[in-house]
Amino acid sequence: MQASINVNSNDRQTVLVCCGTGCTANGGREVFKTFETLLKDHAEIELLPVIKATGCNGWCEKGPLVRLLPRDITYCSVAPEDVSEIIDKTLIEGILIKRLLYRDPVSKEYLSSHHQTDFYRKQHKIALRNIGEIDPGQIDDYIEREGYQALKKALQEMSGQDIINIVQAAGLRGRGGGGFPTGRKWQACKNASGEEKFIICNGDEGDPGAFMDRSILEGDPHTIIEGMILGAYAVGASRGYVYVRDEYDLAVQNLGQAIGNARQRGYLGNSILGSDLAFDIEIVRGGGAFVCGEETALIASIEGRTGEPHDKYVFPTEKGLWGMPTVINNVETWANVPVIVLHGAEPFARIGTENSKGTKVFSLVGKVVNTGLVEVPMGTTLREVIYEIGGGLLKKRSFKAVQTGGPSGGCIPASLLDLPIDFDSLIEAGSMMGSGGLIVMDDHTCMVEVARYYTNFLAGESCGKCTPCREGLRAQLEILNRICDGEGTIEDLDLLEDISVTMQGASLCALGRTAPNPVLSTLRYFREEYLAHIEERRCPAGVCRALTTFYIDPVKCTGCQVCKKHCSVNAIQGERKEVHVIDESICIRCGECYRQCAFDAVQLRQEELR
Amino acid sequence: MQIEAREYEYANDYKVLIESYSGKPEHLLAIMQDVQRHYNYLPRLAISMISQHVGIPVSRVYAMASFYKAFSLVPKGKFIFRVCDGTACHIKNSATLLDQLQQHLGIEVDETTADGMFSIETVNCLGACALAPVMVVNGKVYGKVSPGDVERIINEYGGQSYASQHKC
Ligand SMILES: Cc1cc2nc3c(=O)[nH]c(=O)nc-3n(C[C@H](O)[C@H](O)[C@H](O)COP(=O)(O)O)c2cc1C
Ligand code: FES
Repeated sequence: MQASINVNSNDRQTVLVCCGTGCTANGGREVFKTFETLLKDHAEIELLPVIKATGCNGWCEKGPLVRLLPRDITYCSVAPEDVSEIIDKTLIEGILIKRLLYRDPVSKEYLSSHHQTDFYRKQHKIALRNIGEIDPGQIDDYIEREGYQALKKALQEMSGQDIINIVQAAGLRGRGGGGFPTGRKWQACKNASGEEKFIICNGDEGDPGAFMDRSILEGDPHTIIEGMILGAYAVGASRGYVYVRDEYDLAVQNLGQAIGNARQRGYLGNSILGSDLAFDIEIVRGGGAFVCGEETALIASIEGRTGEPHDKYVFPTEKGLWGMPTVINNVETWANVPVIVLHGAEPFARIGTENSKGTKVFSLVGKVVNTGLVEVPMGTTLREVIYEIGGGLLKKRSFKAVQTGGPSGGCIPASLLDLPIDFDSLIEAGSMMGSGGLIVMDDHTCMVEVARYYTNFLAGESCGKCTPCREGLRAQLEILNRICDGEGTIEDLDLLEDISVTMQGASLCALGRTAPNPVLSTLRYFREEYLAHIEERRCPAGVCRALTTFYIDPVKCTGCQVCKKHCSVNAIQGERKEVHVIDESICIRCGECYRQCAFDAVQLRQEELR
Repeated sequence: MQIEAREYEYANDYKVLIESYSGKPEHLLAIMQDVQRHYNYLPRLAISMISQHVGIPVSRVYAMASFYKAFSLVPKGKFIFRVCDGTACHIKNSATLLDQLQQHLGIEVDETTADGMFSIETVNCLGACALAPVMVVNGKVYGKVSPGDVERIINEYGGQSYASQHKC
């Protein structure tokens, strides 16, 4: 059998298997290996397809993803067992396998490429431009997609000042949370004097629920390297560090390999591409402390000290690492730099809003249908991201809030869904951009408990150096625990606000100053939930265990046994097709049945408990 | 600071590991991480050797060890069950997974079973939020774990006996 595989090497078939963290956990590696093994046995194919393991495509919900080029076919949720069929049918005979295609939930159409899905169509990729398209272990893959072109251009025809001017004109603002203008930061460092200057990439990614930095480090490490070299050239730095979160093994591995390859090709080292630019990069693994994402703490951590922030009378651009002028930028910020330098400021500045240019990567997670990474122009509304790209809420539940900005961000209610997302609008709404986590919450999420969760998180991560942050968080946590346990009083709410004001005004670093945000934003938008806990001793979402009991409505129960199957303590009795009953003396009130029931038969007892 | 006798048996191994780095303070974190990764904790002897190699007081190594979450001063279990309690996992009920693990293994978070087999930890986010709730056992990621899956996962690592011992 002569395969219908095109022998023209430009059209050579390529199999891209997503091996990002999400797909790997779902078996992506096994799929990749199965392709490798099985394709070897197809000697009849004249030109064997190339198989590549790529970084995270962002559409983790549908993983493991397999993409076939040049036809641009995307298969979802591929298992190793599907591989031989894909080879025989699609690669050899050119037939689509319907079962593995994505089916649009509204039009019910089968879509052959992920590019046609709502999830991708509305995205605009700059920082994530290469991820999923290349094998991060192959420097040539990166080079083929304009990689290191910006560096060549810069070395041949631009001065360091030219680069700063372009970055400034592009209006790039830091993607790590603060939104500080990147060009201005670089200028300050360039103007500062010091024997040596340093470049740091902040890959600590401490915000829970955000994983864009991880995805970029894993899936396109060369863009970070190129960005940092450009930064070094611009400000006159000779050494760079990438501080990577300890949990990110694959990121460390891929980045380490990429740095090695870049050195071999002369992009890093003593005379980069024959010029007199000398710059090299080292990886530092984080120690696992949230506060180390804060730049002064991060610098202390690289220096081999405990990561305690210090007050910024002097900025790191003046006195940073080892007292020398230092530029520190977030991973996503660096990923934008090569594109801006290569294509100029104007195309970038055309995207976004007045004061927030370009795109932002969000990690859309929580109770939403399409979870994953999305990159959209600044100024896109929350509604577009959550409903159009994200496909709305899971199980069609009702939207309650979206949390943005990490632990020190805030919860934004349904009334603000049409808010265009940019740095300034989020602050106005009592939250902030943070690193771009969007955590969608439905009516089964208790906002008081969410505030308690973040306060607990921050209390654990407060470095303890200053009193307002250390003691303020502890006091707030105590109060919130009390409210969740049904012991709260109405005066507690004033006290929470009082403490917040002190923390905002008197804390040493941004961690403490922003730590009251979760409490303040939930009090601002969801006060009635606090009141229900305090005055009626009930938790409307059915989360706070002390205030919740579940029962099964005999009229609605169909006896499907789903709740029974999910009950980990066997508190539910009932035969198939008969009404089920919860034994309250065994029930631990975890609410799993409540969330699982498709018929709304599991209900909360609404009467006051006392 | 008390150094246990058996630690001296490893003195040479510690030395090789520690001296593979220069003694510059910027490598302190990396050295400590390597030792932690190798031995699942920071043995006291290794701590004093690190302080000598880098030329800093033992107290500073301790300060680092207690500040950063990556380090432990007591040996951790052979299998470490890490439950993600990042936001995405939290609102998908990670607390119940934790309850289940604690109940089955008879230990609390940050504790290790007496025979050194199992530890339970929480982690702030594993960057796999799309699979929430997530649990990792020695590097293997389990996504969309339901409370009912926990027992099965424990059994994969030979934790059955614990489950029966501690179930009432
Ligand atoms: C408590 C705290 C945690 C932070 N965590 C991170 C982080 O994980 N990643 C990050 O890039 N920036 C983080 N930042 C912001 C950094 O201090 C710094 O502003 C940023 O790295 C600068 O880069 P950018 O201008 O490119 O955003 C954090 C700030 C604070 C106060
Ligand atoms: S919150 Fe659990 S993996 Fe991100």
